[in-house]
Amino acid sequence: MDHLDDLENQSIFILREAYKNFKNLAMLWSIGKDSTVLVWLARKAFFGHCPIPLVHIDTSYKIPAMIEYRDKVAKEWGLNLIVGQNKKALDEGMNHTMGRMVCCEALKTQGLATIMEDKGYTGLILGIRRDEEGTRAKERYFSPRDKNFEWNFKDQPPELWDQFKTKFKDGTHIRIHPILHWTELNVWEYIQREKIPIIDLYFAIEEGKRYRSLGCAPCTGSIDSKAKNVDEIVEELKHHTTTSERSGRAQDQEDTYAMQKLRAKGYM
Amino acid sequence: MNDNGSVANLSGRQMRLVIVGHVDHGKSTLVGRLLSDTGSLPEGKLDFIKDICERQGKAFEFAFLLDALEEEQDQGITIDTSQIFFKTLKRHYVIIDAPGHKEFLKNMVTGAANAESALLLIDAYEGVQEQSRRHGYILKLLGLTQVAVVVNKMDLVDYDPEVFFKIKSEYTDFLKSIGVEAREFIPVSAKKGVNIAKRENEMPWYKGPSVLEMLDQFEESVPPSHLPFRFPVQDVYKFDERRIIAGRVEAGRLKVGDRLIFSPSNKKSVVKSIEAWSVAEQPTEAKSAESIGFTLQEQIFVERGDIASRVDEMPIVSTTFDVNLFWMGKRHLEKGRSYTLKLTTQEVPCEVIEFKKVIDASTLETLSNQDFVAKNDVAELTLKTRKPVAFDLFGVSATTGRFVMVDDYDVCGGGIITTYTPSNKEDKLRDEVRYRNFNWVKSNIESDERAYRNGHRAAFILISGDSGVGKADLARHLEEKLFKLNFQSYLLDRRNVGLGVAADIAPEDSKGTAGETVRRFGEVSKLFLDAGHVVISTSNAFNQDQDADIRLLAEPHPVVDILITDEAHPNREAAVVLTLKEAKNQAEAAQKVYHYLKDQKILTGHNYSI
Ligand SMILES: Nc1nc2c(ncn2[C@@H]2O[C@H](COP(=O)(O)OP(=O)(O)O)[C@@H](O)[C@H]2O)c(=O)[nH]1
Repeated sequence: MDHLDDLENQSIFILREAYKNFKNLAMLWSIGKDSTVLVWLARKAFFGHCPIPLVHIDTSYKIPAMIEYRDKVAKEWGLNLIVGQNKKALDEGMNHTMGRMVCCEALKTQGLATIMEDKGYTGLILGIRRDEEGTRAKERYFSPRDKNFEWNFKDQPPELWDQFKTKFKDGTHIRIHPILHWTELNVWEYIQREKIPIIDLYFAIEEGKRYRSLGCAPCTGSIDSKAKNVDEIVEELKHHTTTSERSGRAQDQEDTYAMQKLRAKGYM
Repeated sequence: MNDNGSVANLSGRQMRLVIVGHVDHGKSTLVGRLLSDTGSLPEGKLDFIKDICERQGKAFEFAFLLDALEEEQDQGITIDTSQIFFKTLKRHYVIIDAPGHKEFLKNMVTGAANAESALLLIDAYEGVQEQSRRHGYILKLLGLTQVAVVVNKMDLVDYDPEVFFKIKSEYTDFLKSIGVEAREFIPVSAKKGVNIAKRENEMPWYKGPSVLEMLDQFEESVPPSHLPFRFPVQDVYKFDERRIIAGRVEAGRLKVGDRLIFSPSNKKSVVKSIEAWSVAEQPTEAKSAESIGFTLQEQIFVERGDIASRVDEMPIVSTTFDVNLFWMGKRHLEKGRSYTLKLTTQEVPCEVIEFKKVIDASTLETLSNQDFVAKNDVAELTLKTRKPVAFDLFGVSATTGRFVMVDDYDVCGGGIITTYTPSNKEDKLRDEVRYRNFNWVKSNIESDERAYRNGHRAAFILISGDSGVGKADLARHLEEKLFKLNFQSYLLDRRNVGLGVAADIAPEDSKGTAGETVRRFGEVSKLFLDAGHVVISTSNAFNQDQDADIRLLAEPHPVVDILITDEAHPNREAAVVLTLKEAKNQAEAAQKVYHYLKDQKILTGHNYSI
């Protein structure tokens, strides 16, 4: 067994625990590489099926190719796709010029909160990883949130021997992070091994630039790279990268503690 | 941490390391030092933090480097487990940062439970402190025995060997008392970088390895594929035509064609296929630590919590066992309160029936006559579960010998199962049944074949109720009805067993021998069940204890309870409840039972005519 098998086995175990223990569960699919790997892992865990609905929060500012890719993959894989949008905020003209954190909070966090409530979901599976940034390093696999989605990172349940916290007071939401223990490189190596069809925005098609992380068009910058396919990305990450993965994301730079603040409010 | 640069982008496996010890003994400093001495910090990071310190007018601390959170920096303590990567020439490491503040024992436990090796820090100046002992004890309970002790801040004691050897001897004695042997004691100064990456001249009297050299000598833990096969069922899926038993192999190996027994239900079947999606070839084998799924040849009822094993290597099944446990709950662990035991995928209510020894983990002092375990303490105690659970002793098969305890909603304790002795009657009988089932000499005729020809499965029908309600009449009527429908029914009266098979022992009412009469009755029933019959018998309402034994002896055949009563809320559960009036009309009552047996697919009907 190599390290990718280890990672996969653990993630499948967690996905199955989630599916068994929580009835109203959804999985957040941002169309990016991490959550697409997550969908792939779900199909492995459930032997070709994905019995958990996938929620995509459409801020309306997504790069158009993402929507196209989303609909195509959803159809091919037979996914139960649910699209959420904060129409009210959009009608009122919300956009990133009102402040990136304000915009993220309204369109992503609120958009998500609304669809969770509409559909009665009490649990959400997310493709976040510990190595993404400092606050995420503090996460648990099964992480409770209170009614307002708030995260109390100072008083987290212990997790040992893969016994997770699966019982909660009413009104608690649970977030489940099956690939928390993966690194960015692991994700790409796994995509490479499994030949997972990933959106081509990650590849440097022209001009030596590619996206390393995908968000909304106005706030996602590209990085300098010549990597044109998965193999080249793996090589690039193994040898050259010293900057942070999210360095292209504007909201992270706005404020040193931006991520922590967003996450404490329920941002994914 | 994204920003520890290229080393975050490690390919391959990493050794998981945890660093524990009393607060302020230098864990963060050691971590920072390991990062900088292995060149694992991104360029400019160290200067950046030093710069911030200067602006805030603070002396530089390696700890600042590690503090990712605003709140943490304010409090001056590291809060939680995070991951930090570094590498040596030999391999990659991930440090699961487990801080020592007392409040955060549960975080230390979370970190250490996932680690393969540990460094335990002791401040040379302060010596062995509360958390030094507590953490040592908990590492042992977590089964983490690959431990090196790092005696830090040697610079504060002028690198005096006497201080080092005094601590070494004191802590060695402590470790010995809990059955642990440290791999090494290493004198260092994390702050000055002495004996971290390489050995320095400050302590020529020390001939052992530096911290990094020590780490490179640790062995990677390998999944226990050499142990008997253990597979706790996680779930059963029926997304398509396959009925897949899903779970993770916790120990041993599995092959297609293996004959499995599921504990505690004692059901048996043979592995038909190992299922997998998006693989080049369908697997025929699986081994420890793999999350897999398989199908069975017979459609037996299996559910989450069952543990599959080979028939000749079964786990223990019991309701009572001895454990070593550590407690992290805000509320004391007490007798008389019900907790949830989570062991593999089993989840059952349990309670403490005996406190054998409660220990203050910081001093190792036994708290005599104490009938509770307080937060952060450890204890040896006996647990009793409401239903039987399947497990192994921790020393035999660790993954199926450890558990957590949940109080209300929170995981509050963790423990390992140390001993099991079948002490009560129930355990003894259960062990006997399992022994008997395992050694049972099988004929060439499978029970399915008998069921096919008989038009029914074997079952034990137990009609109960107060005396005079018409149990015996109904039993006779039912036997006759089934017989006339060409089913193999047999009325087994307890008195008949007493007249023959149990004629050598005193009547049932004399205390002490009742159990033996019941056992013989149960064993006789078992023979009829094995022969494929529907066995019908009666029982008094006050015989519930004995009925539990019969149920155990009849396993894995179903016992169908028929209860005759007029009570609205009878204190006994039954598959079919008949009022006294209903029972009087025997034909109709028998018809009702008959329908139930058909619904339950016990009576399936003949597939041929005689
Ligand atoms: N003199 C000296 N001080 C040290 C050494 N290691 C750590 N310290 C200091 O001890 C204090 C606590 O260290 P820290 O790493 O934060 O401890 P932690 O609570 O175990 O993480 C800090 O002020 C450190 O600078 C050492 O080797 N020598």
